[in-house]
Amino acid sequence: MSKQVVSLNRVVIRFAGDSGDGMQMTGDRFTSETAGLGNDLSTLPDFPAEIRAPAGTIGGVSAFQLAFADHDITTPGDAPNVLVAMNPAALKANIRDLPRGADLIVNTDEFTKRNLEKVGYTSNPIEDGSLEPFNVHAVALTSQTVEALKSFAVSKKEAERAKNMYALGLLSWLYSRGAEGTRSFLNKKFAHKPEILAANLAAFEAGWSFGETTESFSVQYEVAPAALPTGLYRNITGNPALALGLIAAAQQAGLPLFLGSYPITPASDILHELAKNHRFGVMTFQAEDEIAGVGAAIGAAYGGALAVTTTSGPGVALKSEAIGLAVSLELPLIIVDVQRGGPSTGLPTKTEQSDLLQAMFGRNGESPVPVIAPQSPSDCFHAAIEAARIAVEYRTPVFLLSDGYIANGSEPWLVPDADTLPKIDPNFATGPNHTKADGTEEFWPYLRDPETLARPWAIPGTKGLEHRIGGLEKADGAGGISYDPDNHDTMVRLRQAKIDGIADTIPDLVVDDPTGDADILVLGWGSTYGPIGAACEITRRTGVNVAQAHLRYLNPFPRNLGDVLRSYRKVLVPEMNLGQLTMLLRAKYLVDVTSINQVRGMPFKSTELVAAITAAIETL
Amino acid sequence: MTDTYPSLSLVPKTDIAITAKDFKSDQEVRWCPGCGDYSILSNVQAFLPELGLARENIVFISGIGCSSRFPYYMNTFGMHSIHGRAPAIATGLAVSRPDLSIWVITGDGDSLSIGGNHLIHALRRNVNLKILMFNNRIYGLTKGQYSPTSEQGKVTKSTPEGSLDYSFNPVSLALGAEATFVARTLDSDRKHMTEVLRQAAAHEGTALVEIYQNCNIFNDGAFDPLKDNETRDDVTMRLVHGEPIRFGADNSKGVTRTEDGHIKVVNVEDVGEAAIISHDAHAKDPGLAFALSRLSNPRTLENTPIGVFRDINRPSYDRLVREQISDVIERKGPGDLQSLLNGSDTWNVS
Ligand SMILES: Cc1ncc(C[n+]2csc(CCOP(=O)(O)OP(=O)(O)O)c2C)c(N)n1
Ligand code: SF4
Ligand SMILES: [Mg+2]
Repeated sequence: MSKQVVSLNRVVIRFAGDSGDGMQMTGDRFTSETAGLGNDLSTLPDFPAEIRAPAGTIGGVSAFQLAFADHDITTPGDAPNVLVAMNPAALKANIRDLPRGADLIVNTDEFTKRNLEKVGYTSNPIEDGSLEPFNVHAVALTSQTVEALKSFAVSKKEAERAKNMYALGLLSWLYSRGAEGTRSFLNKKFAHKPEILAANLAAFEAGWSFGETTESFSVQYEVAPAALPTGLYRNITGNPALALGLIAAAQQAGLPLFLGSYPITPASDILHELAKNHRFGVMTFQAEDEIAGVGAAIGAAYGGALAVTTTSGPGVALKSEAIGLAVSLELPLIIVDVQRGGPSTGLPTKTEQSDLLQAMFGRNGESPVPVIAPQSPSDCFHAAIEAARIAVEYRTPVFLLSDGYIANGSEPWLVPDADTLPKIDPNFATGPNHTKADGTEEFWPYLRDPETLARPWAIPGTKGLEHRIGGLEKADGAGGISYDPDNHDTMVRLRQAKIDGIADTIPDLVVDDPTGDADILVLGWGSTYGPIGAACEITRRTGVNVAQAHLRYLNPFPRNLGDVLRSYRKVLVPEMNLGQLTMLLRAKYLVDVTSINQVRGMPFKSTELVAAITAAIETL
Repeated sequence: MTDTYPSLSLVPKTDIAITAKDFKSDQEVRWCPGCGDYSILSNVQAFLPELGLARENIVFISGIGCSSRFPYYMNTFGMHSIHGRAPAIATGLAVSRPDLSIWVITGDGDSLSIGGNHLIHALRRNVNLKILMFNNRIYGLTKGQYSPTSEQGKVTKSTPEGSLDYSFNPVSLALGAEATFVARTLDSDRKHMTEVLRQAAAHEGTALVEIYQNCNIFNDGAFDPLKDNETRDDVTMRLVHGEPIRFGADNSKGVTRTEDGHIKVVNVEDVGEAAIISHDAHAKDPGLAFALSRLSNPRTLENTPIGVFRDINRPSYDRLVREQISDVIERKGPGDLQSLLNGSDTWNVS
């Protein structure tokens, strides 16, 4: 039976179920097929901190949202056009995001009295009319899967578990996705369990043909490929992108890569990714705690490796003293902070941008550290290379501030040509750099490059460069211990001037102001790039001019930032914190920027930002 | 020379003759006059030439404390780091640089209080580090608070009524932490210390050397029973691998096994020479080494064993890291950046 095919520009799907229902895998598969069809896309996984929260509870709901389109998009979308709810908990947790008229696919098998009561439904929403605003497709997903698999050599439980593949088959049909990728994925995943493989393949096919035949779905949709720049693409998630960036940077610098790390959500996947890449000589050290992680990285940096430590906010707190040591030793070090909700353990699996001030100031003494932030999953790759460049060229620890949203979210990525990546020059010291009054040559570990103020990177094993360094204040140039008041004042200022001077090597802030006469600038940093971009687009379509700019460099700021801020009547700064960038901007430039903030553990919705922009324009 | 020190086989040798003097840096030594740290420094400087290593391939890494100033006085590469973290820093260096001889200098507070975690993990991993723990049973640099090795009841500035903490026995702790090499020596006994350092240097993996060090300002005389001519021989049990464990004036005392399987100190006369057990530092089972470490009285220092308690073979962590990486490269070939970037699932937009 062939059905009417409707073309759409953009679709947002949310899969929601119990943690054990395989929603993340279902979402990943759908994403893969969608990427292969050439749509632009953006994803947002949202899962609980518990590995297996009690089944059927709101706390145990795991969701995966995906937006895909025939044009360039930057966010996973505010509200889904279709919600797949595998149980009452998933329905309850997600229904408030579903706009009127949206498609809602519910697994009726799970809407038992007990399950309904578990989440506080007093009546069955499928039957009591409360879902009337939506286009409900009540499907007995579990029993239809079991029925489809009854001739297969799998237990009832195993058959039930395949219901996510049934759902995937149905959605794949509904949105005209391919099936080949999923088939080969399953073939690989269950290569050693032929019965399970056969069952999953069959469940997928059954879901697909159910879509084709059921009257519940009268139309099938298609979304044409997006007109993206030509080239080779892959889909990439932020954490792996960051890991690839580190490997690339090490290669471009000709240095071995060393990671010292202690597992922590949402940063662990960088450790996992790097651990898979011993072929590149990558050394990954899972330390006894985060202090040892950064400590080992400092040791490796001292020895001449490209050294990295990866963590999240609580780990940064533990590393602070050691980062101060790296500031004092002036050794290259990359500190990756994949931010999550805080304070304390906070919201481990949710996103936030609340470590900016910790990165800036979370150390004793005057302890300046460059801070840079990627703006999207794929940008983690490029930001990692840039962090490495600054660390190596300036002999300094560098903060790379990612967050849970871009760490776990994904998007298509135009794969870069490895040959075109920038080179990084470690420029190791090779011999004496100072002549004593008596004419003999010696080595001064703190004699600075006049341009960058960077000190020599003199690694053990280099003849004639034996020297001692440490956390005690050092004499300017010669580097021996010095308690001299003037020397300390000089050294504090030199360390600050070195970091400030990095601004000479970073690009000016680019403002996107299509008409050139906007009164309002929306300025963001990090992962808010997508939502802000989308909000500006929407606002412009209403005929209102608004400018957008996004900071990649938080310390030092680009040289033109002050001028940019002062050239708009109003500057709005959306952040997933209570105004940390806003505070820095006000302090540095004495301008009255307006903070827009939200700390719900989720990225901004474009509609929230549109409302804020509109409200700001009205007060001009 | 290379063969004497298999643990240093990857470290370049010196091509010029070097002496103790070459290991003295131009930094003025600033310990209190009479501090035990001086003798340790000169013992180490006197010993190092024996290794025949290129000086630039030797690194001293310390934490914080009086003892941790040590690297400044050594004309090698050196890092005075932060309190307690030297083993972690040294681990990163050792893993990435097999061509270095790496020494960690630490105090009883540095390694057993704030840095306890890093110490035990370095020991169990068996990273190729030689850790010299200067144990003066006090916090020297912060002017005399009790430390984790101070005897219970110790009166210090922070414990005017006597400390309540039960103390650590560093040797017992190290053995419990799966250490492959554990030894104890004395700041004032150059001959003994040199022999212990020699064995530590030869050992592949982490060697923990506890050095009893006198802090003549805040804990003077802490080890006097082991040093005074009068008492020295009576209380000091010198452990030598393969030899009967006997000590005391005229070697009159010895260690024997009790019927219930423990060990105890006895008069050799009472049990006969045949009942005295021999020291086995190479025993796989750390039982004897541990039992020996428990014999001493933490207050009186009676029955204090010095020497090498344990010295067993286990591949070092850093070697295993290197082997794993080269094994992967051998099996799969070196990585190609472009194919890594491409990944396995790409599509073309034309
Ligand atoms: C993070 C931190 N906490 C506290 C101190 C202060 N501090 C310096 S040395 C020390 C204790 C040193 O004792 P020990 O390791 O036994 O060395 P010693 O001076 O006795 O050689 C303390 C508490 C510090 N430097 N850093
Ligand atoms: S305080 Fe004690 S340990 Fe420190 S230098 Fe003086 S004597 Fe030595
Ligand atoms: Mg001490």
